[in-house]
Amino acid sequence: MTEKTLEIPVEVPEGARNPVEPFLRMERMPHIWCPACGIGTTVNCFARALENSKVDLDKVAIVSGIGCTGRVAGYAALDSFHTTHGRAIPFATGLKLANPELQVVVYSGDGDLFAIGGNHFIHAARRNMDLKVICVNNMTYAMTGGQTAPTTPGESITATAPYGVFEPTFNLVALAEAAGASYVARWTTYHVKQLSHSMEEVFQRKGFCFIEVLSPCPTLYQRRNKMGDGLDAMKYYKTAGKIRNGAPTGECNLTRTGEIVLGKFVDRQRPDYLEMLRAQMTHTLGDRYVEPEAQCCGEC
Amino acid sequence: MHADPRGVLTGVHFLDGDHACCEGTLAAGARFAAGYPITPSTEVVERFASRIPTVGGIFVQLEDELAASIAIQGAVWGGAKAFTVTSGPGYSLMMEHIGYAAMTETPCVFVNVQRGGPSTGLPTLPAQADMMQARWGSHGDYGTIALCPNSPQESFDLTIQAFNLAEEFRVPVMVMLDECVGHMTEKVVIPEPDRIDVTPRRYTKLPPGEFRLYEPREDGVPDMVRAGEGYRFHVTGLTHDERGYPSMNVETQDRKVRRLQEKLTPLANERALFDAANLEDAEVVVVSYGITSRVAQRALEMARERGVRAGKFRLITAWPFPAAHVRELAGRVKAFVVPELNLGQMSLEVERAAAGRAVTIPVTHAGGTVHSPETILKAILEAAR
Repeated sequence: MTEKTLEIPVEVPEGARNPVEPFLRMERMPHIWCPACGIGTTVNCFARALENSKVDLDKVAIVSGIGCTGRVAGYAALDSFHTTHGRAIPFATGLKLANPELQVVVYSGDGDLFAIGGNHFIHAARRNMDLKVICVNNMTYAMTGGQTAPTTPGESITATAPYGVFEPTFNLVALAEAAGASYVARWTTYHVKQLSHSMEEVFQRKGFCFIEVLSPCPTLYQRRNKMGDGLDAMKYYKTAGKIRNGAPTGECNLTRTGEIVLGKFVDRQRPDYLEMLRAQMTHTLGDRYVEPEAQCCGEC
Repeated sequence: MHADPRGVLTGVHFLDGDHACCEGTLAAGARFAAGYPITPSTEVVERFASRIPTVGGIFVQLEDELAASIAIQGAVWGGAKAFTVTSGPGYSLMMEHIGYAAMTETPCVFVNVQRGGPSTGLPTLPAQADMMQARWGSHGDYGTIALCPNSPQESFDLTIQAFNLAEEFRVPVMVMLDECVGHMTEKVVIPEPDRIDVTPRRYTKLPPGEFRLYEPREDGVPDMVRAGEGYRFHVTGLTHDERGYPSMNVETQDRKVRRLQEKLTPLANERALFDAANLEDAEVVVVSYGITSRVAQRALEMARERGVRAGKFRLITAWPFPAAHVRELAGRVKAFVVPELNLGQMSLEVERAAAGRAVTIPVTHAGGTVHSPETILKAILEAAR
């Protein structure tokens, strides 16, 4: 096998800075992700979405669970919480309800959000909790070495399915819509413009927003399945990805090598949890209802 | 500082221990609770759900105890004082998040109204069999505080104390009721708000940039921040350095984990909470806590009537265990009698602290009801012989 190297002359002007640096904890670089992993790409998109949405970064909090994507919170230069496995959503629920002026982002992986944390996902969507949930779906448990996830497509080989996966998989966007999410979209790490746009858009929305991002894991998923490297994943996303905004989510199942339906599927307005709470309490208690206030230090 | 009057139901009440606990949370300034129904504890949050909309705060019933026990921690970092309530099986589910609270030094309160176990056990009947779990239930080394009320009045008082200690030491604090204390109804006096001491959260005075999230003060406890104020801090359950950043090295692990235990040393020693009587001349000391201490009280009186010099040492802080006090007593008494509604949990601590200098006699009970005073008396008389 011959080594292929690309010779690209790079000139970095003195003092030049990557535009996403202000959104990252640069003192924590290098990050832990493998070469050609897609998580960094999603973070890049997220940083640009933060920049474009002009949100007050002091009022944005990010909450992750456990796993490769669980490490995102640790690199984001925001108030950031790396919680326990599967529990980013309930942590974020407490954070949001205690401090409603925060915009709370949950950034985690498919195993974290949909296996161990699946129950929290559907209930937070049902409540229309005002959270922005970004799921990086690499179709495997990467941090632990490439085991089967609820998203691993049939016939894949994984560390715990050496003879092939035979369980049906979750269709995450259909699950989100059925559970009540206000906003549902799916992109891949090839579709960076669209992904960044969706990430920006959810900052303008209230209620439970969900973005699924398909992201390559060459080290622990593709390698076992002879699916090539990161570049091959990009080619696959490019050719198999079909943008169909508004497509019925029930028809958006993912397979190992088949078509990937992309787009924004759901964008609907319903009152979020705090609005429903306020309405119910005002209806029942009238003037006796006392709005929760943001807690202060208690010394003033 | 004094209690916020909005949460304080000043007056003389007739309340059960669960409801008194709820009033304690409100008086302490708790404005966020998350819970999942489980007997015999649910009355605490039922009352909170009824009271909080007119006080100003949030109750959220979540999908399970895992959610409840981490949602309260999100709320704490959002600036609230927060708690959850549960019993046996739910307490088992919360263990991972008790560890998370310990590791991230998130001040919060877990109320456990103990019932018979293991597993589903005796949902409606008392036990005290979660005492070791309260100390060691989550994996790894850490410190916790556990308080054991023996009446509805103490359920109110110690719940306030639990929130205060949580803020002071930044640990998860357990309020260890049992089904009897939770469901017994007695007089509860709730004082005026200016007679209730409430410990405010100690927020840093340093500006962002100078502040380090886990830089301990002299007392071994770091100052806090809350989300949304520009500190851009990072909290993780991974072993972390003083900046709060993950650090996978032996030195950081040692420094962090030792501090999690050592910061509680004052509470184990000079500030240990207990209720003692007749220890001056005691030859036998009954060590008890919670509902069992009320039964033991009768046994102690009966023993004195029979001329046995029996003394009382009632644990209020079961954790950290007041080992130094028990050790001192062990040097001058014959025996400790330890009745508890389990097959011997805190008695192991008594035995450890006594270190062979006095005999430890457990009076065990698998739970479902309380001891009879005669059973405890018998143990006292045998110990004195």
